[in-house]
Amino acid sequence: MTDLTKLTAAELAGTIASGDVSAEEVTRAHLDRISAVDGKVHAFLHVDADGALAAARAVDAKRAKKEQLGPLAGVPIAVKDVLTTRGVPTTAGSKILEGWRPPYDSTVVERLRDAGTVILGKTNMDEFAMGSSTEYSAYGPTNNPWDLGRIPGGSGGGSAAAVAAYEAPLAIGTDTGGSIRQPGAVTGTVGAKPTYGGTSRYGLIAFSSSLDTPGPCARTVLDAALLHEVMAGHDWRDSTSIPQPVPPVVEAARRGMSGDLTGVKLGLVTEFDAGDGAEPGVMAAFHEALAALTKLGAEIVEVSAPHFQYALPAYYLIAPSECSSNLARFDGVRFGLRVGDDGNRSLEEVMSLTREAGFGPEVKRRIMLGTYALSSGYYDAYYGQAQKVRTLITQDFNQAFEQVDVLVSPTTPFVAFPFGSRTSDPYQMYLADLFTIPTNLYGGPGISVPCGLSDGLPVGFQIMAPTMADDRMYRVAAALESAVGTLTPPSLEG
Amino acid sequence: MAAISRDEVAHLARLSRLAVTEQELDTFAGQLDVILQAVARVGEVTAADIPPTSHSVPLTNVLREDVVINCLTREEALAGAPDVQDDRFRVPRILDEEA
Repeated sequence: MTDLTKLTAAELAGTIASGDVSAEEVTRAHLDRISAVDGKVHAFLHVDADGALAAARAVDAKRAKKEQLGPLAGVPIAVKDVLTTRGVPTTAGSKILEGWRPPYDSTVVERLRDAGTVILGKTNMDEFAMGSSTEYSAYGPTNNPWDLGRIPGGSGGGSAAAVAAYEAPLAIGTDTGGSIRQPGAVTGTVGAKPTYGGTSRYGLIAFSSSLDTPGPCARTVLDAALLHEVMAGHDWRDSTSIPQPVPPVVEAARRGMSGDLTGVKLGLVTEFDAGDGAEPGVMAAFHEALAALTKLGAEIVEVSAPHFQYALPAYYLIAPSECSSNLARFDGVRFGLRVGDDGNRSLEEVMSLTREAGFGPEVKRRIMLGTYALSSGYYDAYYGQAQKVRTLITQDFNQAFEQVDVLVSPTTPFVAFPFGSRTSDPYQMYLADLFTIPTNLYGGPGISVPCGLSDGLPVGFQIMAPTMADDRMYRVAAALESAVGTLTPPSLEG
Repeated sequence: MAAISRDEVAHLARLSRLAVTEQELDTFAGQLDVILQAVARVGEVTAADIPPTSHSVPLTNVLREDVVINCLTREEALAGAPDVQDDRFRVPRILDEEA
Protein backbone atom coordinates (compact mmCIF):
# COMPACT_ATOMS: atom_id res chain seq x y z
CA MET A 1 0.00 0.00 0.00
CA THR A 2 1.14 3.53 -0.75
CA ASP A 3 2.60 5.39 2.19
CA LEU A 4 0.26 8.37 2.21
CA THR A 5 2.73 10.51 4.13
CA LYS A 6 5.21 10.33 1.25
CA LEU A 7 2.80 11.85 -1.29
CA THR A 8 2.88 15.52 -2.21
CA ALA A 9 -0.03 17.81 -1.38
CA ALA A 10 -0.93 17.93 -5.07
CA GLU A 11 -1.03 14.12 -5.22
CA LEU A 12 -3.03 13.86 -2.01
CA ALA A 13 -5.60 16.41 -3.16
CA GLY A 14 -5.99 14.50 -6.42
CA THR A 15 -6.38 11.10 -4.83
CA ILE A 16 -8.86 12.41 -2.25
CA ALA A 17 -10.90 14.21 -4.91
CA SER A 18 -11.04 11.06 -7.03
CA GLY A 19 -12.23 9.02 -4.05
CA ASP A 20 -9.30 6.56 -4.11
CA VAL A 21 -8.61 7.38 -0.50
CA SER A 22 -10.61 9.25 2.12
CA ALA A 23 -9.46 12.44 3.79
CA GLU A 24 -9.84 10.62 7.10
CA GLU A 25 -7.38 7.90 6.02
CA VAL A 26 -4.90 10.57 4.93
CA THR A 27 -5.27 12.38 8.23
CA ARG A 28 -4.89 9.18 10.27
CA ALA A 29 -1.72 8.30 8.34
CA HIS A 30 -0.20 11.65 9.25
CA LEU A 31 -1.34 11.49 12.88
CA ASP A 32 0.26 8.03 13.08
CA ARG A 33 3.45 9.40 11.60
CA ILE A 34 3.46 12.20 14.17
CA SER A 35 3.01 9.64 16.96
CA ALA A 36 5.87 7.57 15.54
CA VAL A 37 8.50 10.25 14.97
CA ASP A 38 7.63 13.48 16.77
CA GLY A 39 9.17 12.22 19.99
CA LYS A 40 12.48 12.53 18.14
CA VAL A 41 11.77 15.61 16.04
CA HIS A 42 9.57 17.70 18.38
CA ALA A 43 8.11 19.71 15.53
CA PHE A 44 4.73 20.10 17.24
CA LEU A 45 3.76 22.02 20.36
CA HIS A 46 0.17 20.86 20.13
CA VAL A 47 -1.47 18.12 18.05
CA ASP A 48 -5.20 18.59 17.53
CA ALA A 49 -6.14 15.03 16.55
CA ASP A 50 -9.86 15.46 17.23
CA GLY A 51 -10.11 18.71 15.31
CA ALA A 52 -8.14 17.24 12.41
CA LEU A 53 -10.30 14.12 12.16
CA ALA A 54 -13.48 16.19 12.32
CA ALA A 55 -12.21 18.44 9.51
CA ALA A 56 -11.23 15.38 7.44
CA ARG A 57 -14.65 13.76 7.91
CA ALA A 58 -16.31 17.00 6.85
CA VAL A 59 -14.34 16.85 3.57
CA ASP A 60 -15.34 13.21 3.07
CA ALA A 61 -18.99 14.09 3.70
CA LYS A 62 -18.83 16.92 1.16
CA ARG A 63 -17.30 14.59 -1.41
CA ALA A 64 -19.97 11.96 -0.76
CA LYS A 65 -22.59 14.62 -1.49
CA LYS A 66 -20.70 15.55 -4.66
CA GLU A 67 -20.20 19.11 -3.41
CA GLN A 68 -17.43 21.24 -4.83
CA LEU A 69 -14.12 20.66 -2.97
CA GLY A 70 -11.42 23.27 -2.44
CA PRO A 71 -8.06 22.88 -4.22
CA LEU A 72 -6.38 21.39 -1.14
CA ALA A 73 -9.42 19.67 0.38
CA GLY A 74 -8.44 16.94 2.81
CA VAL A 75 -4.74 17.75 2.71
CA PRO A 76 -3.19 17.87 6.20
CA ILE A 77 -1.28 20.95 7.26
CA ALA A 78 0.71 22.15 10.27
CA VAL A 79 0.46 25.75 11.44
CA LYS A 80 3.18 27.76 13.14
CA ASP A 81 2.14 28.54 16.69
CA VAL A 82 2.21 32.28 16.08
CA LEU A 83 -1.08 32.28 14.15
CA THR A 84 -4.25 32.24 16.19
CA THR A 85 -6.47 29.17 15.95
CA ARG A 86 -9.87 29.44 17.58
CA GLY A 87 -10.04 27.29 20.71
CA VAL A 88 -6.67 25.65 20.02
CA PRO A 89 -3.66 26.58 22.18
CA THR A 90 -1.49 29.32 20.65
CA THR A 91 1.71 30.20 22.51
CA ALA A 92 4.08 31.83 19.98
CA GLY A 93 6.69 29.62 21.66
CA SER A 94 6.45 31.71 24.83
CA LYS A 95 5.67 30.93 28.45
CA ILE A 96 3.77 34.19 28.67
CA LEU A 97 1.01 32.69 26.49
CA GLU A 98 1.09 29.16 27.91
CA GLY A 99 -2.42 27.69 27.89
CA TRP A 100 -3.97 30.58 25.97
CA ARG A 101 -6.76 29.54 23.64
CA PRO A 102 -7.55 32.34 21.18
CA PRO A 103 -11.22 33.27 20.76
CA TYR A 104 -10.75 33.82 17.01
CA ASP A 105 -9.04 32.45 13.90
CA SER A 106 -6.36 34.34 12.02
CA THR A 107 -7.27 35.10 8.41
CA VAL A 108 -4.68 32.61 7.16
CA VAL A 109 -6.18 29.84 9.30
CA GLU A 110 -9.70 30.82 8.26
CA ARG A 111 -8.68 30.48 4.60
CA LEU A 112 -7.08 27.11 5.29
CA ARG A 113 -10.34 25.90 6.81
CA ASP A 114 -12.37 27.31 3.91
CA ALA A 115 -10.11 25.48 1.45
CA GLY A 116 -10.79 22.20 3.27
CA THR A 117 -7.25 21.65 4.51
CA VAL A 118 -6.95 19.62 7.70
CA ILE A 119 -5.07 21.40 10.47
CA LEU A 120 -3.04 18.79 12.37
CA GLY A 121 -1.68 21.08 15.05
CA LYS A 122 0.65 23.91 15.97
CA THR A 123 4.38 23.89 15.35
CA ASN A 124 7.34 24.87 17.46
CA MET A 125 9.19 28.13 16.94
CA ASP A 126 11.64 30.52 18.50
CA GLU A 127 9.77 32.63 21.04
CA PHE A 128 7.71 35.30 19.24
CA ALA A 129 9.54 34.30 16.02
CA MET A 130 12.85 35.73 17.23
CA GLY A 131 15.65 33.36 16.37
CA SER A 132 17.17 31.12 13.73
CA SER A 133 17.31 27.74 15.46
CA THR A 134 14.20 27.12 17.67
CA GLU A 135 16.62 27.12 20.61
CA TYR A 136 14.77 30.19 21.90
CA SER A 137 11.46 28.32 22.13
CA ALA A 138 10.27 28.19 25.73
CA TYR A 139 9.24 24.59 25.09
CA GLY A 140 12.57 23.14 23.96
CA PRO A 141 14.07 23.00 20.48
CA THR A 142 12.95 21.11 17.40
CA ASN A 143 15.50 18.62 16.05
CA ASN A 144 16.50 18.66 12.39
CA PRO A 145 15.30 15.41 10.71
CA TRP A 146 18.60 15.34 8.77
CA ASP A 147 20.63 15.19 11.99
CA LEU A 148 18.79 15.24 15.30
CA GLY A 149 21.74 16.97 16.96
CA ARG A 150 21.41 19.99 14.73
CA ILE A 151 19.08 22.97 14.50
CA PRO A 152 16.11 22.94 12.08
CA GLY A 153 16.44 26.67 11.45
CA GLY A 154 14.20 29.31 12.87
CA SER A 155 12.10 30.80 13.79
CA GLY A 156 9.79 28.41 11.93
CA GLY A 157 11.90 25.31 12.56
CA GLY A 158 8.88 23.31 13.69
CA SER A 159 6.97 23.87 10.44
CA ALA A 160 10.00 23.06 8.27
CA ALA A 161 10.91 19.96 10.30
CA ALA A 162 7.31 18.69 10.26
CA VAL A 163 7.34 18.85 6.46
CA ALA A 164 10.83 17.36 6.14
CA ALA A 165 9.94 14.48 8.50
CA TYR A 166 6.75 13.63 6.54
CA GLU A 167 4.57 14.57 9.50
CA ALA A 168 2.70 16.96 7.21
CA PRO A 169 2.93 17.66 3.47
CA LEU A 170 2.36 21.35 4.05
CA ALA A 171 2.93 23.90 6.80
CA ILE A 172 2.48 27.58 7.42
CA GLY A 173 5.39 29.75 8.47
CA THR A 174 5.95 33.45 9.01
CA ASP A 175 8.95 35.35 7.71
CA THR A 176 10.19 38.57 9.31
CA GLY A 177 13.89 38.25 8.49
CA GLY A 178 14.10 34.75 7.02
CA SER A 179 12.00 32.60 9.37
CA ILE A 180 10.43 30.62 6.52
CA ARG A 181 13.35 30.51 4.07
CA GLN A 182 16.25 29.70 6.41
CA PRO A 183 14.43 26.72 8.05
CA GLY A 184 13.50 25.58 4.53
CA ALA A 185 17.15 25.74 3.50
CA VAL A 186 18.55 23.76 6.42
CA THR A 187 15.84 21.07 6.34
CA GLY A 188 15.95 20.53 2.58
CA THR A 189 12.40 21.80 2.04
CA VAL A 190 10.79 24.63 0.10
CA GLY A 191 9.89 27.80 1.96
CA ALA A 192 8.41 30.93 0.42
CA LYS A 193 8.00 34.43 1.80
CA PRO A 194 5.30 36.17 -0.26
CA THR A 195 5.34 39.87 -1.03
CA TYR A 196 4.72 41.82 2.18
CA GLY A 197 1.01 42.58 2.21
CA GLY A 198 0.28 39.66 -0.11
CA THR A 199 -0.78 37.50 2.84
CA SER A 200 -2.80 38.75 5.78
CA ARG A 201 -1.29 39.51 9.18
CA TYR A 202 -4.68 39.46 10.92
CA GLY A 203 -4.33 37.02 13.81
CA LEU A 204 -0.58 36.77 13.40
CA ILE A 205 0.91 37.59 16.80
CA ALA A 206 2.97 40.64 15.88
CA PHE A 207 6.75 40.75 16.14
CA SER A 208 7.71 43.42 13.59
CA SER A 209 4.60 44.67 11.88
CA SER A 210 6.28 46.29 8.87
CA LEU A 211 8.09 43.03 8.06
CA ASP A 212 6.02 40.02 9.27
CA THR A 213 4.75 37.93 6.34
CA PRO A 214 2.98 34.53 6.51
CA GLY A 215 3.88 32.04 3.80
CA PRO A 216 3.98 28.39 2.73
CA CYS A 217 6.34 25.50 3.60
CA ALA A 218 6.28 22.33 1.47
CA ARG A 219 8.41 19.57 -0.03
CA THR A 220 7.89 20.69 -3.63
CA VAL A 221 7.66 24.06 -5.34
CA LEU A 222 4.25 23.25 -6.80
CA ASP A 223 2.88 22.36 -3.35
CA ALA A 224 4.19 25.66 -1.97
CA ALA A 225 2.50 27.50 -4.83
CA LEU A 226 -0.81 25.68 -4.26
CA LEU A 227 -0.73 26.65 -0.59
CA HIS A 228 0.35 30.20 -1.45
CA GLU A 229 -2.76 30.68 -3.61
CA VAL A 230 -5.04 29.37 -0.89
CA MET A 231 -3.63 31.57 1.88
CA ALA A 232 -2.91 34.81 -0.02
CA GLY A 233 -5.09 37.67 -1.18
CA HIS A 234 -6.51 40.91 0.10
CA ASP A 235 -7.97 41.02 3.60
CA TRP A 236 -9.90 44.06 4.78
CA ARG A 237 -8.98 43.22 8.38
CA ASP A 238 -5.28 43.92 7.68
CA SER A 239 -4.84 47.55 6.64
CA THR A 240 -1.44 46.78 5.05
CA SER A 241 -2.92 44.05 2.87
CA ILE A 242 -2.46 44.79 -0.84
CA PRO A 243 -5.81 45.10 -2.69
CA GLN A 244 -4.65 43.28 -5.83
CA PRO A 245 -5.15 39.78 -7.22
CA VAL A 246 -2.77 37.04 -6.05
CA PRO A 247 0.10 36.64 -8.55
CA PRO A 248 -0.39 33.46 -10.68
CA VAL A 249 2.06 31.36 -8.68
CA VAL A 250 0.63 27.91 -9.45
CA GLU A 251 0.64 28.57 -13.19
CA ALA A 252 4.23 29.83 -12.87
CA ALA A 253 5.33 26.75 -10.93
CA ARG A 254 3.81 24.46 -13.57
CA ARG A 255 5.52 26.45 -16.30
CA GLY A 256 8.85 26.22 -14.49
CA MET A 257 8.49 22.45 -14.11
CA SER A 258 8.92 22.17 -17.87
CA GLY A 259 12.53 23.12 -17.23
CA ASP A 260 12.77 25.92 -19.77
CA LEU A 261 14.18 29.24 -18.59
CA THR A 262 15.07 30.67 -21.97
CA GLY A 263 15.31 34.44 -21.77
CA VAL A 264 15.15 34.62 -17.96
CA LYS A 265 17.80 36.86 -16.44
CA LEU A 266 19.12 35.89 -13.01
CA GLY A 267 20.89 38.63 -11.07
CA LEU A 268 23.89 37.48 -9.10
CA VAL A 269 24.46 39.97 -6.29
CA THR A 270 28.20 40.61 -6.40
CA GLU A 271 28.30 41.73 -2.77
CA PHE A 272 26.82 38.36 -1.72
CA ASP A 273 28.87 36.28 -4.13
CA ALA A 274 32.11 37.36 -2.48
CA GLY A 275 31.30 34.44 -0.19
CA ASP A 276 31.49 36.78 2.76
CA GLY A 277 30.83 34.64 5.81
CA ALA A 278 29.35 31.78 3.78
CA GLU A 279 30.68 28.24 4.10
CA PRO A 280 32.63 26.99 1.04
CA GLY A 281 30.30 23.98 0.75
CA VAL A 282 27.28 26.29 0.58
CA MET A 283 28.89 28.44 -2.12
CA ALA A 284 29.88 25.31 -4.09
CA ALA A 285 26.31 23.93 -4.07
CA PHE A 286 24.99 27.37 -5.00
CA HIS A 287 27.30 27.66 -8.00
CA GLU A 288 26.45 24.15 -9.18
CA ALA A 289 22.78 25.16 -9.12
CA LEU A 290 23.60 28.32 -11.07
CA ALA A 291 25.29 26.17 -13.72
CA ALA A 292 22.21 23.94 -13.86
CA LEU A 293 19.97 26.98 -14.38
CA THR A 294 22.24 28.20 -17.17
CA LYS A 295 21.74 24.86 -18.92
CA LEU A 296 17.98 25.47 -18.77
CA GLY A 297 18.48 28.67 -20.74
CA ALA A 298 18.78 31.25 -17.98
CA GLU A 299 21.26 34.07 -18.32
CA ILE A 300 23.39 35.11 -15.33
CA VAL A 301 23.95 38.86 -14.93
CA GLU A 302 26.11 40.31 -12.18
CA VAL A 303 24.39 43.14 -10.38
CA SER A 304 25.57 45.34 -7.57
CA ALA A 305 23.55 46.06 -4.45
CA PRO A 306 25.95 48.23 -2.47
CA HIS A 307 23.68 48.71 0.55
CA PHE A 308 22.86 45.05 1.15
CA GLN A 309 25.82 44.90 3.52
CA TYR A 310 23.92 47.27 5.82
CA ALA A 311 20.70 45.25 5.75
CA LEU A 312 21.55 43.12 8.78
CA PRO A 313 22.44 46.09 11.03
CA ALA A 314 19.38 48.04 9.81
CA TYR A 315 17.13 45.05 10.43
CA TYR A 316 18.42 44.59 13.97
CA LEU A 317 17.39 48.15 14.73
CA ILE A 318 14.04 48.19 12.93
CA ALA A 319 12.74 44.78 14.02
CA PRO A 320 13.62 45.16 17.72
CA SER A 321 12.14 48.68 17.72
CA GLU A 322 8.84 47.41 16.40
CA CYS A 323 9.02 44.39 18.73
CA SER A 324 9.55 46.56 21.81
CA SER A 325 6.33 48.34 20.96
CA ASN A 326 4.31 45.28 19.88
CA LEU A 327 5.23 43.19 22.91
CA ALA A 328 4.00 45.89 25.28
CA ARG A 329 0.61 44.18 24.99
CA PHE A 330 1.89 41.31 27.14
CA ASP A 331 1.18 43.04 30.41
CA GLY A 332 -0.53 40.31 32.43
CA VAL A 333 -3.92 41.98 32.21
CA ARG A 334 -6.00 40.65 29.31
CA PHE A 335 -4.46 37.27 28.53
CA GLY A 336 -1.67 34.94 29.47
CA LEU A 337 0.56 34.84 32.49
CA ARG A 338 0.36 37.03 35.61
CA VAL A 339 3.05 36.80 38.26
CA GLY A 340 3.40 38.36 41.70
CA ASP A 341 -0.13 39.68 42.17
CA ASP A 342 -0.20 39.26 45.96
CA GLY A 343 -2.59 42.12 46.72
CA ASN A 344 0.25 44.41 47.81
CA ARG A 345 2.28 44.93 44.66
CA SER A 346 1.40 47.69 42.20
CA LEU A 347 0.33 47.11 38.62
CA GLU A 348 3.74 48.19 37.41
CA GLU A 349 5.51 45.74 39.71
CA VAL A 350 3.23 42.88 38.68
CA MET A 351 3.74 43.79 35.03
CA SER A 352 7.53 43.76 35.41
CA LEU A 353 7.54 40.45 37.29
CA THR A 354 5.16 38.91 34.74
CA ARG A 355 7.27 39.97 31.77
CA GLU A 356 10.47 38.91 33.53
CA ALA A 357 9.04 35.44 34.16
CA GLY A 358 7.20 35.09 30.86
CA PHE A 359 9.81 36.21 28.33
CA GLY A 360 12.99 34.35 27.43
CA PRO A 361 16.44 35.92 26.99
CA GLU A 362 16.29 36.71 23.26
CA VAL A 363 12.95 38.44 23.58
CA LYS A 364 14.23 40.49 26.50
CA ARG A 365 17.35 41.47 24.55
CA ARG A 366 15.31 42.64 21.60
CA ILE A 367 12.80 44.56 23.70
CA MET A 368 15.64 46.41 25.41
CA LEU A 369 17.52 46.95 22.15
CA GLY A 370 14.39 48.39 20.55
CA THR A 371 13.65 50.54 23.56
CA TYR A 372 17.19 51.90 23.28
CA ALA A 373 16.98 52.55 19.53
CA LEU A 374 13.71 54.44 19.96
CA SER A 375 14.72 56.53 22.94
CA SER A 376 15.20 60.25 22.54
CA GLY A 377 18.82 61.07 21.87
CA TYR A 378 19.43 57.79 20.07
CA TYR A 379 16.42 57.74 17.73
CA ASP A 380 18.04 59.63 14.84
CA ALA A 381 21.33 57.73 14.99
CA TYR A 382 19.73 54.30 15.24
CA TYR A 383 16.08 53.83 14.27
CA GLY A 384 15.89 56.89 12.00
CA GLN A 385 19.14 56.03 10.26
CA ALA A 386 18.06 52.39 9.83
CA GLN A 387 14.88 53.56 8.10
CA LYS A 388 16.95 55.62 5.67
CA VAL A 389 19.14 52.61 4.97
CA ARG A 390 15.93 50.71 4.29
CA THR A 391 15.14 53.25 1.56
CA LEU A 392 18.57 52.74 0.00
CA ILE A 393 18.19 48.95 0.07
CA THR A 394 14.84 49.32 -1.67
CA GLN A 395 16.52 51.50 -4.31
CA ASP A 396 19.18 48.81 -4.79
CA PHE A 397 16.43 46.26 -5.45
CA ASN A 398 14.57 48.56 -7.85
CA GLN A 399 17.72 49.28 -9.83
CA ALA A 400 18.65 45.60 -9.95
CA PHE A 401 15.20 44.64 -11.22
CA GLU A 402 15.62 47.08 -14.13
CA GLN A 403 18.38 44.77 -15.35
CA VAL A 404 17.24 41.30 -14.30
CA ASP A 405 14.05 39.31 -13.64
CA VAL A 406 15.04 37.89 -10.25
CA LEU A 407 18.00 37.98 -7.88
CA VAL A 408 19.65 34.80 -6.63
CA SER A 409 21.87 33.91 -3.67
CA PRO A 410 22.38 31.12 -1.19
CA THR A 411 19.50 31.22 1.33
CA THR A 412 21.69 31.14 4.41
CA PRO A 413 25.49 31.28 4.85
CA PHE A 414 25.77 27.96 6.66
CA VAL A 415 24.17 24.52 6.80
CA ALA A 416 22.32 23.33 9.93
CA PHE A 417 24.64 23.93 12.87
CA PRO A 418 24.89 21.89 16.08
CA PHE A 419 22.75 22.94 19.04
CA GLY A 420 24.42 25.42 21.37
CA SER A 421 27.01 26.62 18.88
CA ARG A 422 25.55 30.10 18.38
CA THR A 423 23.56 30.85 21.53
CA SER A 424 26.30 32.37 23.69
CA ASP A 425 26.95 35.18 21.19
CA PRO A 426 23.54 36.37 19.95
CA TYR A 427 25.06 38.22 16.99
CA GLN A 428 26.43 34.94 15.60
CA MET A 429 22.83 33.70 15.47
CA TYR A 430 21.75 36.87 13.63
CA LEU A 431 24.20 36.09 10.81
CA ALA A 432 21.99 33.16 9.74
CA ASP A 433 19.70 35.74 8.13
CA LEU A 434 22.44 37.64 6.28
CA PHE A 435 21.05 36.82 2.82
CA THR A 436 17.33 36.74 3.61
CA ILE A 437 16.92 40.06 5.42
CA PRO A 438 17.30 42.46 2.45
CA THR A 439 14.10 41.07 0.91
CA ASN A 440 12.15 41.73 4.09
CA LEU A 441 13.30 45.34 4.27
CA TYR A 442 12.36 45.83 0.60
CA GLY A 443 9.04 44.01 0.99
CA GLY A 444 9.41 41.71 -2.01
CA PRO A 445 8.99 37.95 -2.20
CA GLY A 446 11.71 35.35 -1.73
CA ILE A 447 11.81 31.58 -1.91
CA SER A 448 14.27 28.95 -0.75
CA VAL A 449 14.49 25.74 -2.76
CA PRO A 450 16.87 22.84 -2.03
CA CYS A 451 19.88 22.80 -4.37
CA GLY A 452 22.10 20.04 -2.99
CA LEU A 453 24.10 18.92 0.01
CA SER A 454 27.21 20.14 1.79
CA ASP A 455 28.75 17.56 4.14
CA GLY A 456 25.52 15.59 3.89
CA LEU A 457 23.35 18.52 4.95
CA PRO A 458 20.90 20.48 2.77
CA VAL A 459 21.77 23.77 1.09
CA GLY A 460 19.09 26.26 0.05
CA PHE A 461 19.02 28.38 -3.09
CA GLN A 462 17.25 31.73 -2.72
CA ILE A 463 15.33 33.50 -5.47
CA MET A 464 14.13 37.07 -4.86
CA ALA A 465 11.58 38.81 -7.09
CA PRO A 466 10.03 42.28 -7.36
CA THR A 467 7.03 43.07 -5.19
CA MET A 468 3.85 41.35 -6.39
CA ALA A 469 5.86 39.33 -8.93
CA ASP A 470 5.90 36.25 -6.72
CA ASP A 471 5.15 34.13 -9.79
CA ARG A 472 8.63 34.83 -11.20
CA MET A 473 10.41 33.20 -8.27
CA TYR A 474 8.12 30.16 -8.40
CA ARG A 475 8.93 29.64 -12.07
CA VAL A 476 12.69 29.70 -11.48
CA ALA A 477 12.37 27.59 -8.30
CA ALA A 478 10.33 24.92 -10.10
CA ALA A 479 12.83 24.86 -12.95
CA LEU A 480 15.70 24.39 -10.52
CA GLU A 481 13.79 21.62 -8.77
CA SER A 482 13.23 19.89 -12.11
CA ALA A 483 16.99 19.99 -12.69
CA VAL A 484 18.36 19.01 -9.27
CA GLY A 485 15.42 17.07 -7.76
CA THR A 486 14.08 17.10 -4.22
CA LEU A 487 15.98 15.94 -1.13
CA THR A 488 15.04 13.01 1.11
CA PRO A 489 16.31 12.98 4.70
CA PRO A 490 17.57 9.78 6.35
CA SER A 491 14.92 7.49 7.83
CA LEU A 492 13.82 8.37 11.36
CA GLU A 493 12.66 4.83 12.11
CA GLY A 494 14.60 2.41 14.26
CA MET B 1 34.83 51.71 24.58
CA ALA B 2 31.55 50.09 25.48
CA ALA B 3 28.53 51.30 23.50
CA ILE B 4 26.25 50.80 26.48
CA SER B 5 26.84 50.63 30.22
CA ARG B 6 25.36 48.27 32.79
CA ASP B 7 23.48 51.19 34.33
CA GLU B 8 21.96 52.07 30.98
CA VAL B 9 20.82 48.47 30.53
CA ALA B 10 19.23 48.59 33.99
CA HIS B 11 17.41 51.76 32.91
CA LEU B 12 16.23 50.09 29.69
CA ALA B 13 14.96 47.11 31.68
CA ARG B 14 12.92 49.47 33.86
CA LEU B 15 11.50 51.26 30.83
CA SER B 16 10.69 47.88 29.29
CA ARG B 17 8.97 46.64 32.46
CA LEU B 18 11.35 43.74 32.88
CA ALA B 19 12.32 42.89 36.47
CA VAL B 20 15.69 41.49 35.38
CA THR B 21 18.07 39.92 37.89
CA GLU B 22 21.55 41.22 38.69
CA GLN B 23 23.03 38.24 36.87
CA GLU B 24 20.92 38.96 33.78
CA LEU B 25 22.11 42.57 33.85
CA ASP B 26 25.72 41.38 33.67
CA THR B 27 24.94 39.07 30.73
CA PHE B 28 22.70 41.47 28.82
CA ALA B 29 25.09 44.41 29.23
CA GLY B 30 27.85 42.49 27.48
CA GLN B 31 25.60 41.06 24.78
CA LEU B 32 23.79 44.32 24.01
CA ASP B 33 27.16 46.03 23.76
CA VAL B 34 28.28 43.55 21.07
CA ILE B 35 24.99 43.92 19.20
CA LEU B 36 24.97 47.72 19.39
CA GLN B 37 28.53 47.99 18.13
CA ALA B 38 27.53 45.79 15.17
CA VAL B 39 24.31 47.59 14.29
CA ALA B 40 25.93 51.02 14.69
CA ARG B 41 27.39 50.30 11.23
CA VAL B 42 24.26 51.88 9.75
CA GLY B 43 25.96 55.17 10.68
CA GLU B 44 28.60 54.57 7.98
CA VAL B 45 26.01 55.21 5.28
CA THR B 46 25.68 58.77 3.99
CA ALA B 47 21.96 59.25 4.11
CA ALA B 48 21.27 62.79 5.24
CA ASP B 49 19.04 63.54 2.24
CA ILE B 50 17.43 60.12 2.05
CA PRO B 51 13.79 59.87 3.19
CA PRO B 52 13.09 57.16 5.77
CA THR B 53 11.03 54.08 4.90
CA SER B 54 8.72 52.93 7.66
CA HIS B 55 6.81 50.56 5.45
CA SER B 56 7.31 48.84 2.11
CA VAL B 57 3.72 49.29 0.95
CA PRO B 58 2.90 52.87 0.00
CA LEU B 59 -0.03 53.55 2.28
CA THR B 60 -2.56 56.24 2.62
CA ASN B 61 -5.48 55.96 4.99
CA VAL B 62 -7.27 52.66 4.56
CA LEU B 63 -10.96 53.02 5.20
CA ARG B 64 -13.82 50.57 5.10
CA GLU B 65 -17.58 50.71 5.23
CA ASP B 66 -18.94 51.46 8.67
CA VAL B 67 -20.92 48.27 9.10
CA VAL B 68 -21.62 46.30 12.24
CA ILE B 69 -20.09 42.84 12.27
CA ASN B 70 -19.88 40.07 14.84
CA CYS B 71 -17.35 40.72 17.58
CA LEU B 72 -16.22 38.81 20.64
CA THR B 73 -18.74 38.24 23.38
CA ARG B 74 -17.85 39.39 26.89
CA GLU B 75 -17.26 35.77 27.90
CA GLU B 76 -14.91 35.22 24.96
CA ALA B 77 -13.00 38.42 25.61
CA LEU B 78 -12.52 37.57 29.28
CA ALA B 79 -11.85 33.85 28.80
CA GLY B 80 -8.07 34.21 28.58
CA ALA B 81 -7.67 36.79 31.32
CA PRO B 82 -5.51 35.95 34.33
CA ASP B 83 -8.04 37.49 36.72
CA VAL B 84 -11.66 38.53 36.25
CA GLN B 85 -14.04 40.25 38.64
CA ASP B 86 -17.62 41.38 37.98
CA ASP B 87 -17.27 40.67 34.24
CA ARG B 88 -14.21 42.89 34.03
CA PHE B 89 -10.44 42.48 33.87
CA ARG B 90 -9.17 42.74 37.45
CA VAL B 91 -5.82 44.51 37.79
CA PRO B 92 -3.54 45.20 40.74
CA ARG B 93 -3.81 48.65 42.33
CA ILE B 94 -2.63 51.46 40.09
CA LEU B 95 -2.58 54.24 42.71
CA ASP B 96 -0.82 54.45 46.04
CA GLU B 97 -3.01 54.10 49.15
CA GLU B 98 -2.58 57.76 50.10
CA ALA B 99 -3.04 59.15 46.62
